[in-house]
Amino acid sequence: MSLIHKTAAELGAMVAAGEVSAVEVAEAHLDRIAEVEPKVNAFLHVDREVTLGQACAVDERLRSGERLGPLAGVPIAHKDIFTTRDMPTTAASRILEGWRPPYDATVTRRLREAGLVILGKTNLDEFAMGSSTENSAYGPTRNPWDLNKIPGGSSGGSSAAVAAYQAPLSTGTDTGGSIRQPAAVTGIVGMKPTYGGSSRYGLIAFASSLDTPGPFARNVLDAALLHEAFSGHDPLDSTSVDAPVPSVVEAARQGDVAGLRIGVVKEFGGDGYQPGVLARFNEAVALLESLGAKVVEVSCPSFVTALPAYYLIAPSECSSNLARFDAMRYGLRVGDDGTRSAEEVMALTRAAGFGPEVKRRIMLGTYALSSGYYDAYYGQAQKVRTVIAREFEAAYHQVDVLVSPTTPTTAFPIGERADDPMAMYLADLCTIPSNLAGNAAISVPCGLADEDGLPVGLQIMAPVLGDDRCYRVAAAVEKALESRWGGPLLKEAPAL
Amino acid sequence: MTTTKMSYDEALDRFEPVLGLETHVELGTASKMFCGCRTTFGAPPNTQVCPICLAFPGSLPVANAKAIESTIQIGLALNCSIAEWCRFARKNYFYPDMPKNYQISQYDEPLCFDGYIDVEVDGETVRIEIERVHLEEDTGKSTHVGGATGRIHGADYSIVDYNRAGIPLVEIVTKPIPGTDRLAPEVARAYVTELREIMRSLGVSDVRMEEGSLRCDVNVSLMPRGSSEWGTRTETKNVNSLRSVERAVRSEIERQGAVLADGGRIVQETRHFHEDTGTTTSGRSKEEAQDYRYFPEPDLVPIAPDPAWVAELKAALPELPSLKRKRLQAEWGLSDLDMQAMHNADAIDLVEATVAAGAPAADARKWWMGELARRANETGTALAELPITPAHIARVTELVASGALNDKLAREVLEGVLNGEGTPDEVVDKRGLKIVNDEGELSAIIDDVLAANADAAEKVRSGKIAAVGALVGGVMKASRGKADAARARVLILEKLGVSE
Repeated sequence: MSLIHKTAAELGAMVAAGEVSAVEVAEAHLDRIAEVEPKVNAFLHVDREVTLGQACAVDERLRSGERLGPLAGVPIAHKDIFTTRDMPTTAASRILEGWRPPYDATVTRRLREAGLVILGKTNLDEFAMGSSTENSAYGPTRNPWDLNKIPGGSSGGSSAAVAAYQAPLSTGTDTGGSIRQPAAVTGIVGMKPTYGGSSRYGLIAFASSLDTPGPFARNVLDAALLHEAFSGHDPLDSTSVDAPVPSVVEAARQGDVAGLRIGVVKEFGGDGYQPGVLARFNEAVALLESLGAKVVEVSCPSFVTALPAYYLIAPSECSSNLARFDAMRYGLRVGDDGTRSAEEVMALTRAAGFGPEVKRRIMLGTYALSSGYYDAYYGQAQKVRTVIAREFEAAYHQVDVLVSPTTPTTAFPIGERADDPMAMYLADLCTIPSNLAGNAAISVPCGLADEDGLPVGLQIMAPVLGDDRCYRVAAAVEKALESRWGGPLLKEAPAL
Repeated sequence: MTTTKMSYDEALDRFEPVLGLETHVELGTASKMFCGCRTTFGAPPNTQVCPICLAFPGSLPVANAKAIESTIQIGLALNCSIAEWCRFARKNYFYPDMPKNYQISQYDEPLCFDGYIDVEVDGETVRIEIERVHLEEDTGKSTHVGGATGRIHGADYSIVDYNRAGIPLVEIVTKPIPGTDRLAPEVARAYVTELREIMRSLGVSDVRMEEGSLRCDVNVSLMPRGSSEWGTRTETKNVNSLRSVERAVRSEIERQGAVLADGGRIVQETRHFHEDTGTTTSGRSKEEAQDYRYFPEPDLVPIAPDPAWVAELKAALPELPSLKRKRLQAEWGLSDLDMQAMHNADAIDLVEATVAAGAPAADARKWWMGELARRANETGTALAELPITPAHIARVTELVASGALNDKLAREVLEGVLNGEGTPDEVVDKRGLKIVNDEGELSAIIDDVLAANADAAEKVRSGKIAAVGALVGGVMKASRGKADAARARVLILEKLGVSE
């Protein structure tokens, strides 16, 4: 088997054992990127020299006897919303085209410390706003399963890169489902850790109270290894949780659900859900029961109000977070011809630099926060958020984890929902409640829908700092399904 | 725009003023409010900046614990309640000197609230109620180049120094202050003076108005006598000295009085105070003011000060200036008037230190409020900035008490110290200023004087004792002031064989 088809754990072990160098592993993946990137467009920035330089340094560290983690020498695709000193960081926006950050994000720094080798920066919906990666200012990323379909979003470049074997691992950020939904529609594993479990320092903010960095991988153990590599308390992020990282790797190795209480969320299903998605989901639930879990139905009636609440809170925060892009200190500057005032240059720059979805959300949020509307919109949405968090709490008194389909449908065609924001927003229907409550949740492949032969994701949700439970259940599902399928789901994907 | 004014007295005859003061105090913390940058005043532009205070994408704030502590101390000193739980909030507006285009401030959940301080004006105690004390970050500093006004409109270009961006700033807001009547300007000044002293006693800020570490906005409105409905207020900014606080209030009362008497209405607006003319001019109108879209800052966690810690801070508060003044006045036995004069001259701490160094209070006061106040006034420096220490003054009073110096010589010694000639003892040595106590030397001088003033000597001999004054004067002159005049008189009378 070629290097690009190996798991991250295998590659790490091979590098550690000296069977292969980090440089060789990086080269294999860079070659793969060069080969399939014209079809997939997963990356915004690849710099062979910089990447090989990093790989060389890792080899050097290993040779000098430095003890690195299990992922040393493993390449990774990094979402272009984390700052990197050695590569541009754009958040897929024109307003940051070519911007070179003077500092590394905490997640970036920890990847480097663990000896991971950054292959490049992946595409996303501009400022992580979207569910299809069509909102990138630099063109859409395509789903390796079907190049006419979306790879999910906002972390669509990261999901596509892993599904296309361009990288064994990638990073994402999940604000309303931006890791789990792309993982589901590309047939890979994607985890949204507990809010604050991974640092936001150096993550270009979309919605501060929701944004959560997390891992993508082709299997549960790899995701857990990456999760552990970059998570944990960060004094530079005040909202970071000062608690030990849950033992996710151990849980992923355990993969056992005997005696576990699993709740099926009654509100997620029925109208608007693709039959093939529901079929795979119901089979997964039955599978869990057959593995010894106790399955019950749980009602969380307020979850249906999560989507509108989210579309008030996230835009409100983004309207403020994106105010700093004003042409004064960095990034694009338009109209500065010596005749215009600072205010005019700011307005011209923002008009030219932001795409339509970003502008829509800035306007939504500005409105929701205005005097006279605050209580009715932002204030009310925060109350809904509290109610949702309480419903989760009540549910977790009855069960250990909750499950649902990750998305109502499989990957939809590029362009289909581009002019219909409401239809686009529905892609995150099942994922948003966990963001509002700050809980942990994972998506793991559970088969292909009969209608279109595209991947379906199973979402496993757990309480705050219950990240290990997500991995434990996901690993059990993965083990059982792969033995049934005779290997990973991804081997069903057409060759690129 | 010409501003018509009404005389202050006429305005006060017809209207009653209501005051409000918003004071910003830059805390003297070593690092900024939300990042580790230094806060040294006067550093070269844009050298105390980092990705956080420049609002680079992805950077996040972390609150400065020392700044929170200082704010609680201020709240406690102003008799405020301290919030058990409160949050920072974002105040959203676009301006080039504010890197994030929002300011991290506090909105409806201030750290401290509902306090008061008492100030003394004309022997009356006025209680100023405090609405809130909250913590926020300062903005950068814009300089608008070109154009006549120095303001952004009409400027050729503007430059921004972000060194100040993110320095912790405490805002202290009073409740409306009615009932000050004619004393409104003095009350405003006394309040700001008292605040400044409280900050100094707490050691939380250097409160230099000229460097902008203490800034004051003055709100004034007028209501017709007999009315109970408050008028529209204006907010005057750029009030950069204690004297300006007083003048700005007076000027607004005179201006608003004229507008109202003319049947006009007061526009709710920001006005700018001009040091040179002592008047205010219109700034941006508050009626078209922006909507700041405040919401809780999601990048920071709530502040929940431990009540035990707050109690500790309260117990550890230094003696507050007003109480200290009362205590010192009693200890020193001074009149209200003397105490007030010392307060106004910023002399109390200096006198206290001089007394602590061993001088009697009356002497310490005499020197600081006399000779030294005159000197400070002449050179335009603050009393505390003079190159002389309380220990120097204490030594001079000691030399006078021991008879080594008289008042005239003491003044010369002070002069020498102020000129940098060294300590009082060194000046005495170098200038040879000791009183002539050597009887032989004095006797020789007297002999010379008697010889040179035979007429006067004869008058004394013949019983006109009053004429001895001229002879003593001659001895003092000949000794260049160093003789002990009383001893000289006795010796002269002895030599002339006259007894009183």
